Amino acid sequence: MTFDMLLQHMLNGVSLGSLYALIAIGYTMVYGILRLINFAHGEIFMMSTYFAFFGIATFKMPWYVVFVLAILLTGALGMTAERVAYRPLRDAPKISILISAIGVSYFIQNLSIVLFSGRPKAFPQIELFTGMLKMGNIYVQRLTFIIPVVTAVLLAALIYLISHTKNGIAMRAVAKDHETAKLMGIDVNKTIALTFGIGSMLAAVGGIMWGLKFPQIAPAMGIMPGLKCFIAAVLGGIGSISGAVIGGFVLGLGEIMLVASLPDLTGYRDAFAFVLLILILLFKPTGIMGEKISEKV
Amino acid sequence: MLKIKDLIVAYGGIEALKGISLEVEEGKIVTLVGANGAGKSTTLRSIVGLTKPKGGAIEFEGKNLLTVPTKDLVRLGITLVPEGRRVFANLTVLENLKLGAFYRNDEKEIKRDMEWVYELFPRLKERTWQTAGTLSGGEQQMLAVGRALMSKPRLLMMDEPSLGLAPLIVREIFEIIKEIHRQGVTILLIEQNANAALHIADKGYVMETGRIILDGTGKELLTNDEVKKAYLGESVH
Ligand SMILES: Nc1ncnc2c1ncn2[C@@H]1O[C@H](COP(=O)(O)OP(=O)(O)O)[C@@H](O)[C@H]1O
Ligand SMILES: [Mg+2]
Repeated sequence: MTFDMLLQHMLNGVSLGSLYALIAIGYTMVYGILRLINFAHGEIFMMSTYFAFFGIATFKMPWYVVFVLAILLTGALGMTAERVAYRPLRDAPKISILISAIGVSYFIQNLSIVLFSGRPKAFPQIELFTGMLKMGNIYVQRLTFIIPVVTAVLLAALIYLISHTKNGIAMRAVAKDHETAKLMGIDVNKTIALTFGIGSMLAAVGGIMWGLKFPQIAPAMGIMPGLKCFIAAVLGGIGSISGAVIGGFVLGLGEIMLVASLPDLTGYRDAFAFVLLILILLFKPTGIMGEKISEKV
Repeated sequence: MLKIKDLIVAYGGIEALKGISLEVEEGKIVTLVGANGAGKSTTLRSIVGLTKPKGGAIEFEGKNLLTVPTKDLVRLGITLVPEGRRVFANLTVLENLKLGAFYRNDEKEIKRDMEWVYELFPRLKERTWQTAGTLSGGEQQMLAVGRALMSKPRLLMMDEPSLGLAPLIVREIFEIIKEIHRQGVTILLIEQNANAALHIADKGYVMETGRIILDGTGKELLTNDEVKKAYLGESVH
């Protein structure tokens, strides 16, 4: 492998890892606050690409307006799923809410087949993002740099929100103990809704950039990234935001590097994530950043 | 200030509270003592709305508490130090204290109350930046009380603050309860440690398997033969 090729693969790995990280954060935040694996997260991600597609292709609005609208709509969709399908089951056995999440996932997927047809659509290409840059001997899509930068900025904002704002402290308190959080005067419902909103909006940013990078969208497109990002979250230690980011990068970089160094395995690209999942569950089930917190008496 | 009338609570089909009545007068220390499983925590949890009663009434200053959601109680001036402390182990001491003042916006006053809490519990001040999970049991209890005080309560309820703590720390906590009371906070204290609780209480209730079987001033109960035998570990001749 030449240096140029290595560089190209590294860049690709980092930008794919960034996308995984953005989506994985939603899994980990929801898990942290509800102990729920939100199986519908991949579909929320998928819907964001359709929101953006229709805004640009059908309504012919400027892309920056569309992106903002799509992100907000996706946030609202995530919050609606929580309100309708998860909140009523919050005191029910954990398995009920998990099954409800699977239901939401299938519902959104099938509804989108009915509404948008199962046939893939071509995601609009926006020169500002999809144009090529020449770097020495290689050509790189602008997106390859934009994606990690956008991800880094959003991550910084998220970390600030969670560690320094009142809402952020409330989120961490609710994640620890709903009842005691209520005693503090925290509106637990609002805090959980906010968590879903943030997780879904991050997935929407990931979705839009995904659409630009892999410009074909379809109702089933959320399944594989959804599964992989769930794996990334488990890999990093579900419940931990830094873990989700690390897991996303390990997965993104690992996948690209595997295919690059062993082209024969290209067909097994998706299997890489699952092998990683099995390994982590066997050898460190709490994930890279996860740890058991022992309660003191 | 707080009135409970004929409160009935059932878990599944089993009644944990079989119609209890009690009253907390403003400015007093009232204690509810009883053995493990008597229904003391259930009583407190019903007051704050974490357990839904089957029957009866709970009033705070004439307001029906049964319709007030848990999260709004701090705004009425009611706070609970829950059984088992329930500090937010993943947050720092400072963040825990700030959460106590979550509903408040009066930054200046919050700062002053924080100073007061640190004065009451100097050990918390030393541990401001530590996560609560790394504190000892006694320190966690202090943090739970400090956190409750940050809400500027008028009625402070405590569920077995002495449980599992060394005698020296228990004495310290009871001294602080008296100090908090001197500052004008009404106190409802739940204890298995009947001796210590009755010594500082203006009024006491004794609970047994979901019923209140005795009540009186702290002094009266301390000298009551039945209480002595059952709760103070003294033999009566
Ligand atoms: N969540 C619950 N589900 C079922 N039974 C409970 C629950 N909480 C308490 N109980 C029962 O109610 C009774 C009173 O419990 P509790 O109020 O915790 O007593 P205390 O605080 O005086 O030790 C006990 O018999 C206990 O087993
Ligand atoms: Mg109890």
